[in-house]
Amino acid sequence: MNDLLIIITASLVAASCGLLGVFLVLRKMAMVGDAISHAVLPGIVLAFLFSGSRDSISMVLGAGLLGVLTTLLIEFLHKKGRLQADASIGVTFTWLFALGVILISVFAGQVDLDQDCVLYGEIAYVPIDLWITDSGINMGPRVLYIAAINLLLVIIFIILGFKELKLTTFDPQFAGIVGISATTWNYLLMGMVSYTTVSSFEAVGAILVVALLVAPPATAYLLSKSLKNMLLLSLLFGLLTAILGYALAWQIEGSIAGAMATVAGVIFSFVFFVQWTKRIFAKSYSKKSLT
Amino acid sequence: MTDLLEFLSLRDANVRFVVLGTILLMSSASIVGTFTFLKKKSLLGDAIAHAVLPGVCLAFLLQGEKDPLWIMIGAFITGFISTIFIDLVVRKSKIKEDTAIALTLSTFFGFGILLLTYIQKSGNASQSGLDQFLFGKAAALVGSDLYNFATIAVILLVVVFLFYKELKLLAFDPDFARSIGLKVNLLELLLTSLSVMAVVTGIQAVGVVLMAAILITPAAAARYWTDRLPIMLVLAACFAAFSGLSGAYISYTLPRMPTGPWIVMVISLIAFFSFFFSPQKGIISRWWQIRKYRHAIALDNLLKTLYQLTEKEARTDKWFSFEEIIRKRFFTDKQLQHTLQKAKNKGFVQCKNEQVYLTAAGSEKGQRIVKLHRLFELYLTEIVKLAPDHVHDTADKIEHILTPELEARLEEKLNYPDKDPHDAKIPR
Repeated sequence: MNDLLIIITASLVAASCGLLGVFLVLRKMAMVGDAISHAVLPGIVLAFLFSGSRDSISMVLGAGLLGVLTTLLIEFLHKKGRLQADASIGVTFTWLFALGVILISVFAGQVDLDQDCVLYGEIAYVPIDLWITDSGINMGPRVLYIAAINLLLVIIFIILGFKELKLTTFDPQFAGIVGISATTWNYLLMGMVSYTTVSSFEAVGAILVVALLVAPPATAYLLSKSLKNMLLLSLLFGLLTAILGYALAWQIEGSIAGAMATVAGVIFSFVFFVQWTKRIFAKSYSKKSLT
Repeated sequence: MTDLLEFLSLRDANVRFVVLGTILLMSSASIVGTFTFLKKKSLLGDAIAHAVLPGVCLAFLLQGEKDPLWIMIGAFITGFISTIFIDLVVRKSKIKEDTAIALTLSTFFGFGILLLTYIQKSGNASQSGLDQFLFGKAAALVGSDLYNFATIAVILLVVVFLFYKELKLLAFDPDFARSIGLKVNLLELLLTSLSVMAVVTGIQAVGVVLMAAILITPAAAARYWTDRLPIMLVLAACFAAFSGLSGAYISYTLPRMPTGPWIVMVISLIAFFSFFFSPQKGIISRWWQIRKYRHAIALDNLLKTLYQLTEKEARTDKWFSFEEIIRKRFFTDKQLQHTLQKAKNKGFVQCKNEQVYLTAAGSEKGQRIVKLHRLFELYLTEIVKLAPDHVHDTADKIEHILTPELEARLEEKLNYPDKDPHDAKIPR
């Protein structure tokens, strides 16, 4: 039963990340997603301090704010400060992550967070971290609800904004002409990415969430020619990652999040190498048929 | 204060190791980072930093103990593999570089975490301390670490010194480097190896996650103070060394504070200060220069407008109302007030009862602008052969920046003309 709960939670997280990540990969913003996942840390710590608990709403607000702030700061340094794009990402996220770790140390007594949890989450504790209502009814694992709500909102976001996301991703100029603001949708997407990062934070940690955001969409990108296909495949690879990752972690008794990231990387490498060798064979075949 | 003196005197052996170790690490890593920064490949350093973790763990698993040499070798190998993997994915598939980097760093790091937790659960007693690679252990450097770091720092510096010219070419103009017969691929391999070495040592001070800051941030800060590579290298090294020192000092006085994040905090503050306040490239100073330039142009335009008014109406009184000025050339109220005030201070105009009078000095300056404008219009129609109705806008911009030398050459080229293309007199 516990295993099933963990797998379901992991699948929900992987699904949300996989769907959103498609747009990050297509917009060449994977590293911005990486930066956001690091930079929400101070937001999480501050939200902890203000609300005094792992109260989800203030966490989401704090981290969402930090996520958008990160995007703004990267853009500001790049456009106004004329700092090259890669360096503005690097400077911004390392600074905010350092700030987050410092805040954790300063408020060590008041904030129930440690550095390990930041790095790879505590999905193994999902079944024992229960949501118990004021009247004492056991509603089941708390993190499961967080992940489910997250996935629901991500799906709603993508369905409602499908046309806008698609247009601003593939042809921002045309989107501008027909009156869809690329900037607005960029910030909406980044806001969703930060929110997803925070929701997934307790399960997989702030850094490994990047693996789920990037690896399944990248694998799907190798195999698909349309956005809808890519979204579906990414979802599929996300679920596969969650299930196989859990199996691997169970086998060697290691971190579940770490195992999921490993599996995500292995799936990508597999697809990548198969395609590559297929191309090599196709090339040598066409050469032979010519002679 | 006594704390600081005590700290700086380096009397305490532990303090000495920590201070010298972090300074060595930080400055040598930042020098390598400057080259990757200039090649616009800074995020590759971030990927390498994350990717050394599985190497550290594998070395430990195979060796069974925490032998620094093996751990460095293991870290070097997986760090290197990650760069090859990124390069391969970008070249052999439609995946873009940012995705390849994010993918590699997160999955390699995840694999590292998996191994780390596996080692921790397997209960090997000597594993304690492996997780120091995550956040660094600058505050716990000891003598033997120092010798290792010193060796690597010296190797890095010597290699950079020996290949200075080649690395410089590689950073600024790889095509030219290739054309004069340099082995660019080998040089890139060299730079990658240097980065991996810098990362492998650097993570012991600040940890995997923040290592990128040491490669990127000092170089980015230094870039704002100079256009010359040698100065940039020295500045980056100094910024990095200073932040290492400050980080060590902070965790010396406040033992609860983590050294690595404080080092990154200090270097980031230096960088943000540079981005905003550096005298030439800073955001504030550039904003200030643009503002100053705008005001100078507004003043030019005001004097030009007043001169044109006197010229057109051949008026003797030469007092003009605000409406007359705005009718001739549009100014917002605020702009006009501000520019008039400026012109008054410089003695170009006098103001009375919302009326403006152009003084002799103002007239002279206004006349010059009008002359330049008409000269350039004539140049555009006569020499560049543009239609007369297409030349005004360009002339309106260039009139503010033509120097007396260019003015003389224009006049000579056009044979000291009297009239512009619109049959207006060119004043002298």
